[in-house]
Amino acid sequence: MSQPAPSSAQHPSGAHHADSYLTDGTTVMSWLNTRDHKRVGVMFLICVIAMLFMGGVFAMLIRLKLLFPGAAFIDALTYNRLFTLHGVVMVFFFLIPAIPSAFGNFLVPLMIGARDVAFPRLNLLSLYIYLAGAGLALWGMIHGAADTGWTFYAPYSTTSPEKLFPVLLGVFIVGFSSIVTGINFIVTIHTMRAPGLTWWKMPLFVWGIYGTSIIQVLATPVLGILLLSIAVEHALGWGLFDPARGGDPLLMQHLFWFYSHPAVYIMILPGMGVISETVCASAHKNPFGYRAIAYSSIGIAFVGFFTWGHHMFVAGQSTFSNGLFAVLSMFVGIFTAIKTFNWVGTLYKGAIAFKTFFAYICGFLYFLVFGGMTGIALATVSLDVHWHDTYFVVAHFHFIMVGAALMAFLAALHYWWPKMFGSRYHEGWGLVAAVLIMLGFNATFIPQFLLGNNGMPRRYYTYPEHFRALNVASTAGASLLAFGFIIIAVYLAVALRYGRRTEQNPWGSKGFEWLTDSPPPTHNFHEDPQYPEDPHDYRTPPLTQPSAAHPEVEVGHAV
Amino acid sequence: MNEFLRRMLFLPPQASSYATLVDHLHFFVILTTLVMSTAVGMTAIFFFVRYRRRHEGQRTPHVETSKVAEALFIFVPLAFFLLWFAIGFRDYVYLSTPPPGSMDVYVMGKQWMWKFAYPEGPSSAGVLRVPMGRPVRLLMTSRDVIHSFYVPAFRLKKDVLPGRYTEIWFEATKEGRYEVLCAEYCGAGHSVMRAEVVVMRPAEFDEWMRDQKRGLPVVQDGEPTRLERPQVYSNMVSQGRVLSASQGCFKCHTIDGAQHVGPTWLDLYGKRERLASGQEILADEAYLTESMMDPGAKMVAGYQNVMPSYQGRLAAPEVAAIVEYIKSLRSESVANAPSKGPLYEPARTQ
Repeated sequence: MSQPAPSSAQHPSGAHHADSYLTDGTTVMSWLNTRDHKRVGVMFLICVIAMLFMGGVFAMLIRLKLLFPGAAFIDALTYNRLFTLHGVVMVFFFLIPAIPSAFGNFLVPLMIGARDVAFPRLNLLSLYIYLAGAGLALWGMIHGAADTGWTFYAPYSTTSPEKLFPVLLGVFIVGFSSIVTGINFIVTIHTMRAPGLTWWKMPLFVWGIYGTSIIQVLATPVLGILLLSIAVEHALGWGLFDPARGGDPLLMQHLFWFYSHPAVYIMILPGMGVISETVCASAHKNPFGYRAIAYSSIGIAFVGFFTWGHHMFVAGQSTFSNGLFAVLSMFVGIFTAIKTFNWVGTLYKGAIAFKTFFAYICGFLYFLVFGGMTGIALATVSLDVHWHDTYFVVAHFHFIMVGAALMAFLAALHYWWPKMFGSRYHEGWGLVAAVLIMLGFNATFIPQFLLGNNGMPRRYYTYPEHFRALNVASTAGASLLAFGFIIIAVYLAVALRYGRRTEQNPWGSKGFEWLTDSPPPTHNFHEDPQYPEDPHDYRTPPLTQPSAAHPEVEVGHAV
Repeated sequence: MNEFLRRMLFLPPQASSYATLVDHLHFFVILTTLVMSTAVGMTAIFFFVRYRRRHEGQRTPHVETSKVAEALFIFVPLAFFLLWFAIGFRDYVYLSTPPPGSMDVYVMGKQWMWKFAYPEGPSSAGVLRVPMGRPVRLLMTSRDVIHSFYVPAFRLKKDVLPGRYTEIWFEATKEGRYEVLCAEYCGAGHSVMRAEVVVMRPAEFDEWMRDQKRGLPVVQDGEPTRLERPQVYSNMVSQGRVLSASQGCFKCHTIDGAQHVGPTWLDLYGKRERLASGQEILADEAYLTESMMDPGAKMVAGYQNVMPSYQGRLAAPEVAAIVEYIKSLRSESVANAPSKGPLYEPARTQ
């Protein structure tokens, strides 16, 4: 079904693009100098998609190498650099900024009825900090890249002869972009909500972004400390992590995971916000437990800080610490369980339309449940002893970070595409690509779970012959996945250029961001928005606001 | 059933007592997960079909959750999670508590090979021979970066760190040869840092060990490294004695229980010492090693920090040899009293 769901009141299609943010200044400088949160969001979107492409190419090269058990077409050092680059690019330059900086920037002010974020100049600065950091790291990669893995474990990283400094400094700088974005969102959400938009009326996506921002602001400085310590140790040899001079290699791991475990929630919480929004819009139904979902976002942000030790069960931590971190990890799993059950509950008595983004919601739920449950299994200390640092762990975190987080990214891209660019993509191709991607993911990562069971450690350039069959299966799946992404790239590019113009509210959503034009005008709203209702209340038909360009369209609740 | 699930999940053979524990919990977790997620998935599919959108503009009722529903969402999974934790932690405690009387083997990881040394004599690179049905404790350290000792068939893994000893134990239950892998990324040769565990029948093992001690030619594989000295010792204890003498340990430590500048080594191993900080510690392998590498870190109450660090002056196998030598110094005494303090105050102290 490619025809959109027309809500009861619509602007005449294509008639309201006169003053959208896209047409307000078309020079390059008007984009580079913009203070419009929407333009910053779109520029971030372009950057993170470029990074996703780059990380994906690295991943494909890794998978192609692993078709062969022995040495093949690249040497061990190149292979080690490739998986390091794949990890650094995907984690720091794609997953962490993907949803908050791109969709968060675009949508949070629209959703809370603000004309912009609290600090528009700081917002633009965060983009340039990101570009500077990513640029420096990429430059470093060309000139003798790091080969340490994205985890930078000492003392390997501090004694590695590879040039580590530009990569570390690049990630360090990108961290500031993350902190600035976080502060901006916290202040915006606290101070700029429209009159009548109370905390408990906020869209769930905004709750997700709020939880994420708290983590970004609190955890990222620890990463900064760590990266600088490694850089200093690597360059000057201070011996912070070197046992020969009284240092401790485990200290490095504690600092790293104190950031990097909460960072997993930086990646997944905004995705959960996306799903909370889109599941309501698909089913035209209020969320089953609005407060439960909102509280669990904050719960994850809080408890997520106390579970880092589950990455170090076999690293030499005491038995007591292992037990403590294992129990705490069980509790953080519960918040995800609450959300999952509430999303499924939301479908109950709804009116579900099967759009492309709904396919991604289904994918998200599937990957989150299996990824999450394997996470619980890994947090069970005795099982982790076998699985730690094997492909089981690789498959587990790809299910969460690529499966779930990327599904949410794609759901967001398809759901808000008309809002952002005012055009429609082809629903049929959208569904084909969604199905391909989900099959591809399973075919890539289910063999990796089994490889982990079988005992293949991660970061292996060569491997014993008996791991081969599953590796070949995994590479075959990865190529299917790549094919799915190519289809998406093609039909979205076509939509951008030739796509049918969209109605203001093609999904009949009650979300506040749909109350204004699609794409929105530069200052978001023609009049100050009024929010008499809940953003998820589907007992009444969706509202639209009058457009300044078309005063003849009255407040559109023509029922 | 066990065998069927093991093959379905591509798990290696279960060759240690710990492997069976891990696999049984694994099956429990995986089956519960499959059943529960199938139930959630079927519910979702039922909802898709039952509540699909029948016409545009269709309105839906406002359904609010109930306290009972949310409580079920929380406590049903939590009960399972905590049950798994309880079983898993019990098994982990089993893994981290070597039974008394275990056979000790020193393991040293370095880029990119594994070396094994038995206190009674032989050492080898790349092959660890152990008797079936007897507990074996591994005392592991690294010469360079962090490695991780991994035997998939034993479901056993522990990181191997420079500058400290980590320990783990196992009891092999099946004769055979099993692969040892390095699970912590350690550089270009990470994936070829492999070795082999050979599980032998106890009688065969004892015979093999007797042959080794008799001084039959030992196959030495692996290049000697910069820090290795060419001397060949019949066993670690005698190597430790020679080293202690040549390094000047006996200038401050005695081996007959007499007081001197430093604590005596007689009965030192396994002794409970009170530290200057008031804390009480057990003088085990890890503590003895640390005291050689960083003597000021944990001073026994009453003694002065006058000992130099031997970091960089002793190679890892030499440290292990001295530790083994200290362990061999046992009197008939059953009392386990803390050290009596130094005989005199050295001139260097303030």
